[in-house]
Amino acid sequence: MATTAVPTSISSDSMPSDPYSGIWGWITTVDHKRIGILYLYTALSFFIIGGLEAVVIRAQLQGPNGQLVSAEMYNQLFTMHGTTMVFLAIMPLSAAFFNFLIPLQIGARDVAFPRLNAFSYWVYLFGGIFITVPIFFQLAPDGGWFGYTPLTTRAYSPGINIDFWVIGLQILGVSSLAAAFNFITTIINLRAPGMTLMRMPMFTWMSFVVQFLVILAFPVITVALVFLLFDRFFGTQFYAVAAGADPLLWQHLFWIFGHPEVYILILPAFGLVSEVLPTFSRKPLFGYPVMVYSGILIGVLGFGVWAHHMFAVGMGAIADSIFAVSTMLIAIPTGVKIFNWIGTMWQGQLRFTSAMKFAIGLVALFTIGGISGVMHSSPPADLQQTDTYFIVAHFHYVLFGGSIMGIFAGIYYYFPKMTGRMMSERLGNVHFWLNFIAMNLTFFPMHFSGMLGMPRRIYTYDSGQGWDTFNLISSIGAYMLVLATAIFLYNFFMSRKRGEVAGSNPWGAGTLEWTIPSPVPEYNFAVLPTITSRYPLWEGTEEAAESARINSQEGKTSEELGIVLPYSTVKPMIVALAMVIMFCGLITTMALTFLGAAIMVLALYSWLLSPLEPEHH
Amino acid sequence: MSAPAAHHYTTTGLDSRKIAIWAFIGSECMLFISLISTYLIYKGRSIVGPFPHEEWTSPDGRHFEPILDILVTSASTFVLLMSSLAMVLALSAVQNKNLPKRTRGERILGSSKLWLWMTALLGATFLGFQAYEFTSFVHEGLTLSTNLFGSSFFTLTGFHGAHVTAGVIWLVSLLAIDYRRGLGPADALNVDIAALYWHFVDVVWIVIFTVVYLIQ
Repeated sequence: MATTAVPTSISSDSMPSDPYSGIWGWITTVDHKRIGILYLYTALSFFIIGGLEAVVIRAQLQGPNGQLVSAEMYNQLFTMHGTTMVFLAIMPLSAAFFNFLIPLQIGARDVAFPRLNAFSYWVYLFGGIFITVPIFFQLAPDGGWFGYTPLTTRAYSPGINIDFWVIGLQILGVSSLAAAFNFITTIINLRAPGMTLMRMPMFTWMSFVVQFLVILAFPVITVALVFLLFDRFFGTQFYAVAAGADPLLWQHLFWIFGHPEVYILILPAFGLVSEVLPTFSRKPLFGYPVMVYSGILIGVLGFGVWAHHMFAVGMGAIADSIFAVSTMLIAIPTGVKIFNWIGTMWQGQLRFTSAMKFAIGLVALFTIGGISGVMHSSPPADLQQTDTYFIVAHFHYVLFGGSIMGIFAGIYYYFPKMTGRMMSERLGNVHFWLNFIAMNLTFFPMHFSGMLGMPRRIYTYDSGQGWDTFNLISSIGAYMLVLATAIFLYNFFMSRKRGEVAGSNPWGAGTLEWTIPSPVPEYNFAVLPTITSRYPLWEGTEEAAESARINSQEGKTSEELGIVLPYSTVKPMIVALAMVIMFCGLITTMALTFLGAAIMVLALYSWLLSPLEPEHH
Repeated sequence: MSAPAAHHYTTTGLDSRKIAIWAFIGSECMLFISLISTYLIYKGRSIVGPFPHEEWTSPDGRHFEPILDILVTSASTFVLLMSSLAMVLALSAVQNKNLPKRTRGERILGSSKLWLWMTALLGATFLGFQAYEFTSFVHEGLTLSTNLFGSSFFTLTGFHGAHVTAGVIWLVSLLAIDYRRGLGPADALNVDIAALYWHFVDVVWIVIFTVVYLIQ
């Protein structure tokens, strides 16, 4: 990752230790924008790995009795495809936007704890490598992305595979939790004067809800994983049914985490789309307060629907009914959002840029996934659909059609702010249509193969069951998705070098982040902005316009402005690395655990006792 | 307008660390809720003993008394509660470091070192009780892998003990700073955050003591 052509880097070349140069600059950065970009590149890399795993799966299932991979390898592929996409691609892609955007949208210099922010990123990177590398040695986790016990206990999964999964998720949890504490504090405490909660841009609002979901849901999976870890390593009996353990304990704990996790994956995309649609409709977001309340309601209800993943295990009529009703209820605030997006576009001056097309793509495709979701909120219907390809179709419509489409919209929309250049609209158009068609080609037939009874997670199937054609179409769609993603990547890297120069507000958007230069100077805002409305660039007062005018001026360094920035430091990265080494010790030798722990403690003390930024008087 | 001053502007006027520790405590609540719920779900489901509140005779005729010793744990609970009191006094001493101290009582109450030591030692004493309890249980035949009670009891109380340990290390670190350069009102927030954590861990113990030891 070479240094980008940031204007400030030229003017600060004279500094003895230039924080903005070379690889070392990236390793030691505590700048939320650079950390956001690191998240983006890393998550896109994992997105490609997870996508290629899916392509192998589709190649295997292209026709009956496929023999491309063994059953064991197939198990590893679908487990790692799910785990990678959920924990290493979509969540960190959202985190890229949390990092890059939240301080810009609320008028802050950085996040509340810049070094903790760097720590979150490095833990994510090392944890991601830890959990991804085993597949190249055919040792990857193979118990499915939700790792049901007792299958994942030592008795049924004696190998090292599940150990990578249990420990890897534990590491990634640390990253998510640390980031969530940071962003909650940032949003509560670092809003510029006048940025009341009800003036906050919708992306920041949805991110705010997501951080609460993270801090309340992740401890539950932490405990579930600790039990599994102890069962596997120290002989506890949490999941030992023969010793009287409840066979559903894992499922409950996992889904109490797992369902809020679904909203952790989708709400940031909802937020991005809520930024894109108003800009390209030239209208403020329709029903802003209702959008806020429905986002909060989705977050709250998200904790009360987990057992709809478990209708097939026989919880009894009362539990089934309660969770069926709560699941149907959560469709209401979600539907409200869909209608409000349509209301935003209604009678607007629509401009169909690539970002806008992806945003509309989300509205359309997520609705399809949402409707199939309501279908299996009914237990009798779910009993037919559960563990079939119908479910696979459903959650790919919400995660690919929802989260990924929303994230693509966000990338096209914010690329100019990140790099100072525009992405090619022509290639973006090709990417969108190819992606849209391929996505439907891949996942729509799965509704039918699922209804015809094709179960999930089978590595091969016989012909004559009516599944062949649907699987072939799905596989063709998957190959087309590879092409679409390749076009996107080409566009991304070409535009970084040769894209049209963007200027501070290329889209004519209304929110605060568009008042500052693109790419954003290291200090973000030259003066603390004063906010008087939701769209300062559309409807601001003179006072707001004046601070926007000052902030849009380019080329000033932080020294000239007298702005104190935090020191760059490598310590968060060392703590993260030591922590992962400590966890590695669990599956190799305890000596490594002690070594990692010792380095971690020393580096942590060194971090905490060193000042964040230069003294200023 | 000077930019450095603007750098420390916060929306609420509170220091960010204070908000972060509350978010952290909220998250920790979910951690302990999950652990305590599991303990409760597994209460009475163990197939073999020893049990917490009932006697048990194994198939080969060995007799096991109820394993929990409520009296000893009441003492350790009292010690932990008193550590919270010491923590409050330590924070107050740091906050009022610059006030003149005339009487001997004021000097004692105003000694941050004394009360930080007191808090850390009481916390360490609690850990000593827990170490004694764990070893005696193992000698009586209850380990992590004996039964569901053993698994859930040791994991729950062990997690709490790990939190107390982290708290003691935190307190000792504050003491080290106090000895090196003295803790004053400028450090009050750092002590305050440690205190919030300490009180939280204390409150969690009250719940664990009630659920595990007192309710039969």
